[in-house]
Amino acid sequence: MDFLIFQVPMLTLQATLDGLLLGILFALIAYGMALQWGVMNIINIAQGDLVILGGYIAYFMYLSGIHPAWGIIVCPIVMYFVGVGIYKTVINKVVDRDLFISILATFGISILMMQLMNFAFGADVVLANSEFGTTMLFNNSVTLPNSKIFSAVVSIVFAICLVLYMKKSKLGRAIRATAQNARAAKILGVDTEKVYAATFGINAALCGVAGALIAITFTIHPYMGLPYTIRSFMIVIVAGLGNLPGVAMSGMGLGVFEEFADYILGTEFRIGSVFLLLVLILVYRRFKLSRKREYLK
Amino acid sequence: MKITKIILSFVSAVAILLSSSAISFAKVVGDKIILGSAISLTGKYSSNGVHTQNGYNMAVDRINSMGGVKVGGKTYKFEIIYYDDESNPKRAAQLAERLISQDGVEYMLGPYSSGLTKAIAPVTEKYGVPMVEANGASRSLFTKGYKYLFAVLAPANLYLDVAIDLAVEKNGGKPVKIAQAFEQDAFSQDVRLGILEAAERTGSKIIIDDKLPKELNDMAATLAKVKAVKPDVLVVSGHTKGALTAVRQIAEMKVDVPMLAMTHCDAAKLSKQHGKNSEFALCASQWHKTLTYKDDFFGNGMKYAADFDKEFGYDPPYQAAESSAALLVFKDAFERAGSFDKKKVRDALAATNMQTFYGNIKFAEGGQNVDKPMVLFQVMCNDDGSKCENKVVAPTKWASAELIHPIPSWSSR
Repeated sequence: MDFLIFQVPMLTLQATLDGLLLGILFALIAYGMALQWGVMNIINIAQGDLVILGGYIAYFMYLSGIHPAWGIIVCPIVMYFVGVGIYKTVINKVVDRDLFISILATFGISILMMQLMNFAFGADVVLANSEFGTTMLFNNSVTLPNSKIFSAVVSIVFAICLVLYMKKSKLGRAIRATAQNARAAKILGVDTEKVYAATFGINAALCGVAGALIAITFTIHPYMGLPYTIRSFMIVIVAGLGNLPGVAMSGMGLGVFEEFADYILGTEFRIGSVFLLLVLILVYRRFKLSRKREYLK
Repeated sequence: MKITKIILSFVSAVAILLSSSAISFAKVVGDKIILGSAISLTGKYSSNGVHTQNGYNMAVDRINSMGGVKVGGKTYKFEIIYYDDESNPKRAAQLAERLISQDGVEYMLGPYSSGLTKAIAPVTEKYGVPMVEANGASRSLFTKGYKYLFAVLAPANLYLDVAIDLAVEKNGGKPVKIAQAFEQDAFSQDVRLGILEAAERTGSKIIIDDKLPKELNDMAATLAKVKAVKPDVLVVSGHTKGALTAVRQIAEMKVDVPMLAMTHCDAAKLSKQHGKNSEFALCASQWHKTLTYKDDFFGNGMKYAADFDKEFGYDPPYQAAESSAALLVFKDAFERAGSFDKKKVRDALAATNMQTFYGNIKFAEGGQNVDKPMVLFQVMCNDDGSKCENKVVAPTKWASAELIHPIPSWSSR
């Protein structure tokens, strides 16, 4: 236990800001997961690998001399089609099956993507330098890399756009209708097959944006996808399905919680403490649920 | 009709048995000495696995073209059977088993990484097969009492302890404050042990001791703490990921620390990926091409680097150089043993005392090389950061440049 963080107020501020910025980025990935989980009832294990693939697109733009920040435009477009492609080849065959089948299928896609990326791009850890510089607050005692601020802002913009699109557009309405009741939507003339493909594509596009941002702020490696899958899974679990503002809140909350756990318990307990929190939340939920059920009886 | 079928299948079965038994005495076939190696050609270690394989192949070609190995008045050539272990320890152990019991290999070359070497060593030990390895530095490999394991490289606990001595020296002989962050894997934790010993020896104090998770991609918390407590040295070891993440975030967060010591800088292509931001980082290395060790096969480090570049198109990282050295050790041992008996070759290996372009090689009881110190290089860039070079700064005997200490603050860079 180390309480240095509370003795130095600037550290508290630094940790909070770092956690918020990190959380917003994770929330973007979780957003995609929540969307397709809600609509298609699929838990996508390959979520993190889609993120990494998006990161590689940004990285190769960077290598060819284009500023990697443009990745936030290019990656979602490319990744949308990758997502639709994956849907058409694999996901459409498992979409009506039970959850276990879809987990197996996406797990397979995840392994395949990892190995293909490793084969195509090599096993080196890479990153794209944005040269964005740093924002310094309070006489250089709190530092915020501009790349992280950029990531957070882009994530928020994409999230807002997505919410608006879901509310206003025809496809958005069709997606929401399908999420509520796929059969009824079908009867009323919604082409659910198309809706599913678009949903998976949108999810992949969001992953692409997140990947580009991660290439700019962190590092990319073919085997680094799983932590992103797990994080977004946790965020969605904490927020509950179909609760998009909840996803944003739980993303930021988890980000801050993680940072504080890092300072107080030590870096080695960072991920562990998040898992512990997840277990506590699930137990609490179950506890609440069982009380409700008793009431209903 | 039926009988002919039975006879036919019987004959073919015997033929298959015979042909496979012919392979299974493959330790020396004709004028070839067969070595075996499980190596990571795919999976997460594949880049370093390829460096290792290139190093082995380069040495095999060189030794074969320069007269081969002379055993008992006859000349033999080296040949290596490779299998891809997919960077997976279980697979590596299986493949070692297969190399030895099916392919009949009686001399092994090591895989890449401490973890995989740890998986293979019990197998080679069980069969009494001598293994010369060049890429497993974890100290635990050398404390298990293995008799058939020989490592041409210095153990992991010696990677960065020199840096602490250097920091103390620059501090006028007074103890220093150390901040350290190590990944939780066998290798990095051994590096950490080395630092703990050096701290105790010099009376230095460790004020931050973070353990980084395997899926590390963010060190912001550790670095914020470093900023708050202002240590004299920051030590980071977490493979290439650790080196890249640390340098990126130190630059972004403007963390001023007088000395930054790391591992895996050259594997991470630190100066290429980060340019001027990586300047002044102090890096542990098993080998550097400017060292002046010599041998008859590769000449010296500079010549080795030039030949390697010609053959494979890139500057050799130390992982390749040490792998080449492993073959030189085997050749020397075979010639001194004058026999292909595993036990005799093992005893000859244990008595190795030679110089290669990579460094002096002499094995301790546990199998680690005790005659080759680690070197530290510092990344130094020209003014606009367009060209960065790794210059050896310690130990003084091999230094090609003066250590820049303390690292200039970010506000003046």
